[in-house]
Amino acid sequence: MLHAVLAGLVFGCYFTLVGLGLNLVFGVMRIVNLAHGDFLMLGAFSAFWLFTLLGLHPLVSAPIVLVAFALLGFPLYYVVVPRLMRAKNSEMLSIILFFGLQQMIQALATIFFGSSERSIPGRILGIGPFRLFGEALPKAWVFSAAVSLTAVLMVYVYLYRTRLGMLTRAVMVSREEAVATGIDVHRVCAFAFAIGLALAGLAGVFAPFMLGSITPAIGGDIDIAAFAVIVVGTLGNPLGTVLGGLVYGVSLMLMQTYLSSWANLLPNLLLIAVLLLRPTGLLGRSVRRA
Amino acid sequence: MTRRTIAELLLVVLPTVALAIAMPFLYSNELLLFNFVMFLALSQGLNVLYGFTGFLPFGYVGFFGVGAYGFALSVMHLNAPPLLALGLAGTASLLLALLLSPLLRLSGAYFAIASLAAAQAVYEVIANPALEDITKGPYGVSLAGVYAPTASYAAAVAILACVQLAMVWLRNSRFGLSLQAIREDPVSAAMAGVSVVRGRSIAWLISALVAGLVGGVFAWHVSVFYPEAAFDVGTSIFAIVFTLFGGAGTTLGPLLGVLLLYGVYNLIGITVPQYFQLIYGTLIVLLVLFLPNGVVSLLTRRGIRVP
Repeated sequence: MLHAVLAGLVFGCYFTLVGLGLNLVFGVMRIVNLAHGDFLMLGAFSAFWLFTLLGLHPLVSAPIVLVAFALLGFPLYYVVVPRLMRAKNSEMLSIILFFGLQQMIQALATIFFGSSERSIPGRILGIGPFRLFGEALPKAWVFSAAVSLTAVLMVYVYLYRTRLGMLTRAVMVSREEAVATGIDVHRVCAFAFAIGLALAGLAGVFAPFMLGSITPAIGGDIDIAAFAVIVVGTLGNPLGTVLGGLVYGVSLMLMQTYLSSWANLLPNLLLIAVLLLRPTGLLGRSVRRA
Repeated sequence: MTRRTIAELLLVVLPTVALAIAMPFLYSNELLLFNFVMFLALSQGLNVLYGFTGFLPFGYVGFFGVGAYGFALSVMHLNAPPLLALGLAGTASLLLALLLSPLLRLSGAYFAIASLAAAQAVYEVIANPALEDITKGPYGVSLAGVYAPTASYAAAVAILACVQLAMVWLRNSRFGLSLQAIREDPVSAAMAGVSVVRGRSIAWLISALVAGLVGGVFAWHVSVFYPEAAFDVGTSIFAIVFTLFGGAGTTLGPLLGVLLLYGVYNLIGITVPQYFQLIYGTLIVLLVLFLPNGVVSLLTRRGIRVP
């Protein structure tokens, strides 16, 4: 029992990272990046190739992937999002648009990487178990959780301790009023979008250790888990994601320990239950439109 | 009936149904033709919900899968004749829709995600090895006893005809108009005396019924299938993309979408799936960016009324 809870907390930290970028993008732009899981997949493949071809340690490739994905985010934002925001129901259309992008990414990844399963040996993140309160956990999990918590802290510092972060929060609260006060909304959103992609890439670097072997098709399942995490922890509130990740991680581990054949049901049921009982998420304030 | 209704019946519904009936005599690949009819009906069913209420059901395939399993279980456990089993498939889908109707309280992306999660949850239950005695779990079902390709094709065409008639009715009736009012502005519609909850629920049930019937007829036609095939999210997405590509909210739009896109899919998709996937993805992105209201908006933009 203690083991399941501890493992769940550590696992949940990683799932916080998986959902964080998705939530930031939704919170700021009110668009759903359905291709989030596929950017994560690309991050995983980057880590794999950096390790296989150059022998780079994942902790070294993590910052490289982070920066590369952020740089990728800016042009992608300016090509796609401003035009999308002009449409009448951009929230719905974004789901379809990013689904198209997901198909493109998956197709290109299959063409270039092939569809075979790839993995990075877990031992390079340390051999043997890590002892926490007398319970043994894989060292790779603890590393991934530590990196995830660092990333959450960095996002917190960005949002609450920098000027651009303050502007980002202003756009989150009300886009119209932000425009009216003269905030360059597109610049703010481009940064948020780039950070969202960077976080997906970073989560991807550790995916081979946390989620098992990787193929170009893993994106879809990750999306569902990421949605469950961010909906539980309030859609649009990046820091609520931590709570969502922990709830998700602990309940997943408990399900796998005691009811393993039904464990795959969990993210779906959690998502529906939270949406119906508390549509604003666990931390949400009760604001509802018609 | 107004002249407009008659014109829509003659210009859109009649040619599609006539073509669907005539094609088996001209072309021998019956499974491909069946898939065309199936996607035509599914896209129109989705159009009832998305085109008229603005709710985008990403988990539309859940109703399709429940219909397929409703048919299969009726045949396996009740020895029901195919048409009765088809009725039960539709009933199963309606029951699921009633169970899930609280999802309509959600709006926008929340609804889309929750409906997808619901479809996945239903799949996890039906494909669970623990229920092998009832649903055969992940090992798939075989209905060789009722296999009848011609009769099931005819049933699919009949369903397509009914959905098309429902679309024409929605486009030209007071009820359809009230649904469009709800889609544009639910608060104003409610103040004008339109029952928002009732309208949305009816559209939701019609849409689910169509998917359940199509799922049932799918089970009948292929007769051997796995739960992954019945609950493939790709089915929802195909239906959504076809509807959007043509133009949601019109009778003609989804037809154009299926004929053009599914036609392209069958020309190049079978041999090199990755390249098709790439083209398909690019097409979707360009579509949303440049033609968010579908192909028919090329006409409606110029003031031409599209049925």
